[in-house]
Amino acid sequence: MLDVESGAVHLVDKLAYDMLEHLTPPLEQEPPKSLLQAFSSYPEEEVAETYRELYRLWEDGQLFAPDGHDVFVEKLGLSPVKAMCLNVSHDCNLRCAYCFAGKGDYHQGRMVMDARTGKQAIDYLIAASGDRERLEVDFFGGEPLLAFDTVKAVVDYARSREPETGKRFRFTITTNGMLLDDEKIDYINREMSNVVLSLDGRKSVNDKVRARIDGTGCYDAVVPKFQKLVQRRGDGEYYVRGTFTKYNKDFGQDVLALYDLGFDQVSVEPVVSDPKEPWALTEEDLPEVFAEYDRLASIILDHRLRKTGLNFFHFMLDLSQGPCAIKRLRGCGCGNEYVAVTPDGDVYPCHQFVGMEQWRMGNVFDGTLDKDKKAYFAASTIYQKPDCRQCWAKFYCSGGCNANNFRYEGDVRKAHTLSCEMERKRLECAIGIKAAQLLREQEVTV
Amino acid sequence: MKHIKTLAKGSLKESAQKGGCGKCQASCQSACKTSCTVANQKCERQA
Ligand code: SF4
Ligand code: SF4
Ligand code: SF4
Repeated sequence: MLDVESGAVHLVDKLAYDMLEHLTPPLEQEPPKSLLQAFSSYPEEEVAETYRELYRLWEDGQLFAPDGHDVFVEKLGLSPVKAMCLNVSHDCNLRCAYCFAGKGDYHQGRMVMDARTGKQAIDYLIAASGDRERLEVDFFGGEPLLAFDTVKAVVDYARSREPETGKRFRFTITTNGMLLDDEKIDYINREMSNVVLSLDGRKSVNDKVRARIDGTGCYDAVVPKFQKLVQRRGDGEYYVRGTFTKYNKDFGQDVLALYDLGFDQVSVEPVVSDPKEPWALTEEDLPEVFAEYDRLASIILDHRLRKTGLNFFHFMLDLSQGPCAIKRLRGCGCGNEYVAVTPDGDVYPCHQFVGMEQWRMGNVFDGTLDKDKKAYFAASTIYQKPDCRQCWAKFYCSGGCNANNFRYEGDVRKAHTLSCEMERKRLECAIGIKAAQLLREQEVTV
Repeated sequence: MKHIKTLAKGSLKESAQKGGCGKCQASCQSACKTSCTVANQKCERQA
């Protein structure tokens, strides 16, 4: 049982669970008569005892906690820009079916960013970052390794500006792996604090959607390169990330296939695309997808208990120490603390908005940043999103993806229902895994 | 307690009082940027 507003998670027995239905705060210290009557099939002492336990939680603010977080919305206004997605390449050497970026070019024509624009973007970020010290730059695309020289030039330049500005840069990169060689592997492992490697799982699954221009799949070409990169990376952070579609609703198999290849940091996520596409997931796929998440949850639980190291990104959840409630009011930083830059130097709220002309926010060469748009995104917290306000998952999901909301629901503040249903299912699984883990551990220690 | 086991104590309220410094990573909930979903992010505020 999750108490939404306090963030407490309790395991309750059936009696306590059923009892919750009958209670509304404020609670009385002694169990009301009506309650004893409603549960007259149980021994009275047991009903009273259960009630007192619930009462104690309520007294502690761990049950029926009131919704008081909207007062903190104010604390979460405009923020300096602290993260940038550098689309160093609007070109790609693959043509993945589901690519949101129009097969790499964002419908703007294929081009790569030159070093001059990249450096200008760094200056722009420094100027917009106010008192923030740590700045994040993610090399993205298209395929960023098509612009490897620009990547290197930008990293060197940013590092050279660190001492004088007091900023510290953290670089990350996402790659499809096609162009990896020893030099690039070592460079990435040295300079990038995280690397995301795109691969969908089983060969048949991957090659059906992740294909070269001539239609042949990329699996055989990239797997050995990814393995080498991960081997040489040591303890450094990385993720192998895949996408599942209507073609592989048994994606748990893909998680395991990736693990068998030697990757233990795995993320496989639902495709989000136009429902008309043949690979798109739709409402009718949900029962199967949910069943697969349940199956995967028991697999992951088993791996955790055996301490194999396998991590499934979307079941990772820190129930006690995660980010503060204020941070949780707005999960997406787009257009406010996060922006994306195109090869031309145009600035968009994030990579998913790139190419939507009405969302363009400025350009790195003239230093512009649309203040109204920024304010709009800054104010788009879960309290401004009617669906989220009501949603039990709001402090974990933090309001979903603004770009998906806009693209599929026509409004940044209207939740994309299909994504929400899957998000809530994943959270349910993640909490379930934690609960099962706790029970097992107690069994062992008793 | 016999009927209830608390798996995680709720501390959202306290966290809000101290939090909001904005030092943590910017986050993105989308599938293509696995690196930074909120619920599994770390707080970087020095106590
Ligand atoms: S699951 Fe949907 S409704 Fe709930 S918080 Fe996330 S985006 Fe909002
Ligand atoms: S709009 Fe979506 S893709 Fe863009 S930063 Fe927000 S969550 Fe990420
Ligand atoms: S660093 Fe911690 S306290 Fe500061 S905003 Fe992030 S989660 Fe909240």
